[in-house]
Amino acid sequence: MAHDLVEALVHMKEKEALSIVEVSLEGGGDPNDILASCSEAMQIVGERFQEGSYFLPELIMSGEMLKKIAAILKPHMATQVASEAKLGRVVLGTVRGDIHDIGKDIVGFVLDVNGFEVTDLGINVPEQKFVDAVRDLSPGVLALSGFLTIAFDTMKSTIAALEEAGLRNGLRVIIGGGQIDETVRAFTGADAYGADAMAAVAYTKEMAGAK
Amino acid sequence: MPVAGEKSWNDLSGPERRAIRFAKWLEPEGVTFRDAEAKAAYKQRVSRLIDAVELEKAPDRVPVLTKMGFYPAHRAGLTPYDAMNDTDRALEAWSRATIELQPDGLISPLHNTMPAKAFELLDYRLYDWPGHNLPKDAGYQYNEDEYMTPEEYDHLIEDPSDFLWRVYLPRVVGAYEGFSILSPAYDMVELPFSTAHIGPWGAPHQKDGFERLAAAGREVGTWAEKVFPMIAQMQGAGFPDYWGYATKAPFDFIGDSLRGTRGVIVDMFKKPEKVIEACERLAPLMVRWALAHTTVDSAPGIFIPLHKGADGFMSDEQFRTFYWPSLKKVLLGLIDHGFVPWLFAEGGYNSRLEAIAELPKGTTVWMFDRTDMVEAKRVIGGTACIQGNVPLSMMHMSTPDEVTAYCRELIRTAGHGGGFILDVGANMESPKEENVVAMIQAAKQYGAYS
Repeated sequence: MAHDLVEALVHMKEKEALSIVEVSLEGGGDPNDILASCSEAMQIVGERFQEGSYFLPELIMSGEMLKKIAAILKPHMATQVASEAKLGRVVLGTVRGDIHDIGKDIVGFVLDVNGFEVTDLGINVPEQKFVDAVRDLSPGVLALSGFLTIAFDTMKSTIAALEEAGLRNGLRVIIGGGQIDETVRAFTGADAYGADAMAAVAYTKEMAGAK
Repeated sequence: MPVAGEKSWNDLSGPERRAIRFAKWLEPEGVTFRDAEAKAAYKQRVSRLIDAVELEKAPDRVPVLTKMGFYPAHRAGLTPYDAMNDTDRALEAWSRATIELQPDGLISPLHNTMPAKAFELLDYRLYDWPGHNLPKDAGYQYNEDEYMTPEEYDHLIEDPSDFLWRVYLPRVVGAYEGFSILSPAYDMVELPFSTAHIGPWGAPHQKDGFERLAAAGREVGTWAEKVFPMIAQMQGAGFPDYWGYATKAPFDFIGDSLRGTRGVIVDMFKKPEKVIEACERLAPLMVRWALAHTTVDSAPGIFIPLHKGADGFMSDEQFRTFYWPSLKKVLLGLIDHGFVPWLFAEGGYNSRLEAIAELPKGTTVWMFDRTDMVEAKRVIGGTACIQGNVPLSMMHMSTPDEVTAYCRELIRTAGHGGGFILDVGANMESPKEENVVAMIQAAKQYGAYS
């Protein structure tokens, strides 16, 4: 079962994957094994995305299949699964004035499959909400996303607000999005920028001291 | 359609139609030139653009255009909110931008000064705009959602307009809600059948929708009465318009506006044949859409913003399966009508250049953003005019000297031999004015051919 499920998920075969899950549960299979297969499959999808053989469609389709499997598993999960040890926590969001979410979601997905605990604050996130999240969750890395040029200014003001709140020290801020480059990084006062999701993961791993 | 010499428009080939459109572009209908100098400047600018597009010979110098969103408002001290709520001040700002910056084409107010009040009246839900769920200093932005269900592909494919009128519009625009109870228009062709169609128009809640539509229509009418004369006035001052209308890639039409990114991507895996069939169905309609808004006197460019086919959004195989075949049909259809598809490939298009090279020579313009311009020149320089791509970050944060140096290098590499228009990579909102000036100046100072 385990191998078949991983195969089905990696090849984006939703019907097959769901039927494997259902058959397994009917036969008294352990939901935790199913979850482990899902996690293994997502690892492979993430790797293929990082090496450039999978693209946005495979990431989104994987997310959709996982949602459905989670819904099937829910009634079968008597006890909460112990969550695996994570590499670190990342707070993520699209800055104020910008409601684009695709790039942010890709980064969230890839960070997640790479072992980070990701808290996604959503889109058009006001400065104060980032400040509150950083204060409450103490993430190692804050990832700010923005597609529009208005994000240049609100990334800068978000980072300034963190400084004002005394939360900037020890926090690594990475920015990314359509028009983001080194020039924008310097302007906003971020520690790094990611040209793509893979760069964001590489940076976050480096900061977490992981390989 | 007009008659050219002996042949009627219908008998003309694509190149013959384009030649007529270009000739009319050089001698625009309904434009009164300010003076002889403005007229000469206008003709020189149009000739420059035509040479850059056709790839037959290099223009006198590199043309320079200025892609911008709300920058004309910003530089006049207005917010995007002001631009969409005060037409007079907005048009003044847009006129000043063209006159003061002097690019080779007019800076059109059409896509940034639309009256916000009309969208409020309609309860238009596809977008948020400044002052409506967004700050007054932010531009309008799209609200992505699944506005069409996966089960509705068949309705869309069998009868796209019927689907849009009676299913889609009632969902996305409040004032159209009553249209959901209408029956198909086919009823009206026979008097004895027609009552089924007529009856629902009288339902009590239709009245509110009609009134809002009429009020929104008046708002747009008032705006249009100001904006089109302003555009003619800018042409009269010597600055050509270059886009007659716009259309979309069929895959984006479905993925952006009907199914949303997630929806269309899931469909690519679960019902690929429906996605392809719908794209094929929409392709000729995307051409018809542009035709419906233009005459032979319209500016020949057709603006096409591209979204979901960019690098990273899908693999090459997916691009070749889902995105490109129907887009190519749209482009060839527009080219056959003598138009110049003017595509905005936002993001990167590095992996799609080979596909573009399949198009007929000298018929399209590709506006690149993060695409490698040297590579673009190498792969499609013999096929299409390329436009771009000074980074927005540079326009916002660098010095004029840095902008000048970047532009000189672009002119030397991407501009070599013609077929190049200098521009920024994506829409400017609040760049440094001195950097915009530096870019425009670079074309004039360093862009001469021969």
